[in-house]
Amino acid sequence: MSRHIKLSLGVAFMALAILTGCERPRPISEQTGYRGTGMVELANKRDNVKLAALNALPEATAKADPNGPTAGSLYKNVQVLGNQSVGEFTRTMVNMTNWVAPTEGCNYCHKAGEDFSADTLYTKVVARKMLSMTGKINADWSTHVGATGVTCYTCHRGNNIPKDIWFSAADPGTVKGFTGWKYGQNTPVAANGYSSLPLDSLSSYLANDGQVRIQGTTALPANYASPPMGNKASIANTEWNYSLMMHMSNSLGVNCTFCHNSRDFSNWSDSTPQRATAWYGLRMVRDVNNGYMTPLESTFPAHRKGPLGDVAKVGCATCHQGVNKPLNGAQMLADYPELKKIGATVAVTAPAVAGAVAAAPNVLGKIYFTTGKNDIDAAGKEAIATAAKALAANAAATIDISGFADSTGNQDQNMELGKQRALAVRDALKAAGVAEARINMKKPEFVVGSATAESRRVDLVAVGM
Amino acid sequence: MAMEYQNLFTTVQVHGPAQLGTPLPSGGAWSRGNETLINRWLGKIGDAQIGPVYLGTTGLASLLCGLLAFEIIGLNMWASVNWSVMEFVRQLFWLGLEPPPPAYGLRIPPMNQGGWWIVAGFFLTLSLCLWWVRTYRRARALGMGLHIPIAFGAAIWLYLVLGFIRPLAMGSWSEAVPFGIFPHLDWTAAFSLRYGNLFYNPFHCLSIAFLYGSVLLFAMHGATILAVSRFGGEREIEQIVDRGTASERAALFWRWTMGFNATMESIHRWAWWFAILTPITGGIGILLTGTVVDNWYLWAVKHGVAPMYPAFSVPVVDPSLLPGAMK
Repeated sequence: MSRHIKLSLGVAFMALAILTGCERPRPISEQTGYRGTGMVELANKRDNVKLAALNALPEATAKADPNGPTAGSLYKNVQVLGNQSVGEFTRTMVNMTNWVAPTEGCNYCHKAGEDFSADTLYTKVVARKMLSMTGKINADWSTHVGATGVTCYTCHRGNNIPKDIWFSAADPGTVKGFTGWKYGQNTPVAANGYSSLPLDSLSSYLANDGQVRIQGTTALPANYASPPMGNKASIANTEWNYSLMMHMSNSLGVNCTFCHNSRDFSNWSDSTPQRATAWYGLRMVRDVNNGYMTPLESTFPAHRKGPLGDVAKVGCATCHQGVNKPLNGAQMLADYPELKKIGATVAVTAPAVAGAVAAAPNVLGKIYFTTGKNDIDAAGKEAIATAAKALAANAAATIDISGFADSTGNQDQNMELGKQRALAVRDALKAAGVAEARINMKKPEFVVGSATAESRRVDLVAVGM
Repeated sequence: MAMEYQNLFTTVQVHGPAQLGTPLPSGGAWSRGNETLINRWLGKIGDAQIGPVYLGTTGLASLLCGLLAFEIIGLNMWASVNWSVMEFVRQLFWLGLEPPPPAYGLRIPPMNQGGWWIVAGFFLTLSLCLWWVRTYRRARALGMGLHIPIAFGAAIWLYLVLGFIRPLAMGSWSEAVPFGIFPHLDWTAAFSLRYGNLFYNPFHCLSIAFLYGSVLLFAMHGATILAVSRFGGEREIEQIVDRGTASERAALFWRWTMGFNATMESIHRWAWWFAILTPITGGIGILLTGTVVDNWYLWAVKHGVAPMYPAFSVPVVDPSLLPGAMK
């Protein structure tokens, strides 16, 4: 072979090798954060087609008449669906059969030959608890499920047991004895995304309220006196947290930047609104596992339990199944209004907190300045007038004023400039009719920020509003 | 053609009588062996002659300690898959020997919960330090400068900061790096996550700059010498004494392309300083993390290093700070 042929073959081979890294069709990318931060969600059209098929809704059964005698008044032992009309109750039974036990039929929960009211089979007791859970989620966890809500189908999808459930995992190594310890990690399994990370992090965070936040909230260690210094979270804690984050990421089919700006994972102001939704999601899953799954421990037979004898528990994947909105965000519950009529058998504990993603209600306004100046411009005057109006409407509230400066120039001058800006805003507020007693001058921890417009500002924060 | 056998990737290998090197002024308790052998395959990438080897007390002790550490780590990994050969091979990259859990602080833990990690770390450290003594002694014995022991010492500094000095300062063995391929990589990621993004650590920045600088210098120097090896440019020592056409061309090339050239001596000072400063600055950065700085991102904000980005979507607030927030 001549040298040229060898060379061209070599080049062709290298070109092919490089091309194997390419994906077809071109990924769809959607920017989700400020440019340059790498906050982009990628999707593949072919995967989207597959996911759409996997998340197709079952055909809705004919709507039932919501009026007429209630199931509770007509049938015996109807504990959670008593408020539904007889028509709605029947529809719910049919739907549950289709969604959860399509092959087994009614007899999956109702023992053949016995009265429908009998609680002989464990599956019926479980189903009742799950209905009550569905009611709880739709009534109290709108912070996570929004107006979309959940139905039995969100998790079950025609399976007796939802596909992506989890059990507590035993330490894969041996803790007793002289050798063989694995510290609950260093074993590639699906639960840790086939990494060396801990493999039972879900027990810590989804069944117990393990501390998720591991990053320090101050630049310097908060407490030098007691070692380990400052924030007590260890590297080991961080690895457990990392494992949980992998679970969330895998369950939703998204990467870290779906919720975070990866330069500062813990910073909320750099995060996306989805992070607040996930925050409620974590608490919702804990509520589901501790309030509904674990109490069924004596109900479930041994063969339905995990290797450590615990009941199946819910994770992010149980509903999400690889998409960031379960069932691709379809409003399925809207077709089944009777599912909203589930009586809560469990006391409502968690307060419903609305407005998770809205601006913090206590920030009344921000006033921006030009470099080196403390003059309030027209926009600033408007913000002060708005704040004064809000204070007038809330007689009990007071206001904190904090001044900031950017890093241009001398540090001492900048500290003074931040203060002068705050004083200028205080005077303007007083001029707008706010009593001096209601104004607190609050020096921020870091007066001087980076060289950006955001750093040249005064924050107005309402207290008790 | 006459020069071909002297090139880096040798195509022609010429064997003469074994080169035994300079006689040592003081033999010491262990005299150097005389056995040498010729390996044709080694000859393709370097000198075909192996030996004469001088191991000595420190060398032998170092190898023994290193072997002990290697065995402790390996056997612990093997035990953790219940002595299954198949699983050991399958999970090898995932297996590790972990430091004690945080609860033990700096106390001595049970052998099976980090005790073995301390023992392995002790022998590995001993092995590295003994090998360092060996490089120091051999450099002295050959009348050389101490550049090699100092460079090796820089690497040992980073190793000790990671596994010993910083854990001591933090009051917890659990802060140290586990042994194992993926476990130590997970530690690295977790370390940066825990302490607010190591990319905002200025010593980490310096270490990266020196690392990339080392690579660049190595590439520039390697390329320069190979490019003039047809004029005998790889015989650097001779070139310094008797500068011929090779060195002159190399120098001229850099003056033409970037207006400045290193000398045959200074290029090696550049390379040496860049190389040793990589682990030295890196070690300082690690040592400051957690001990005096808890969150490098916030530190960077405080010092005006990290830029503030304008809000992209609706402003997001921490739900735990909202009025009436759940735990």
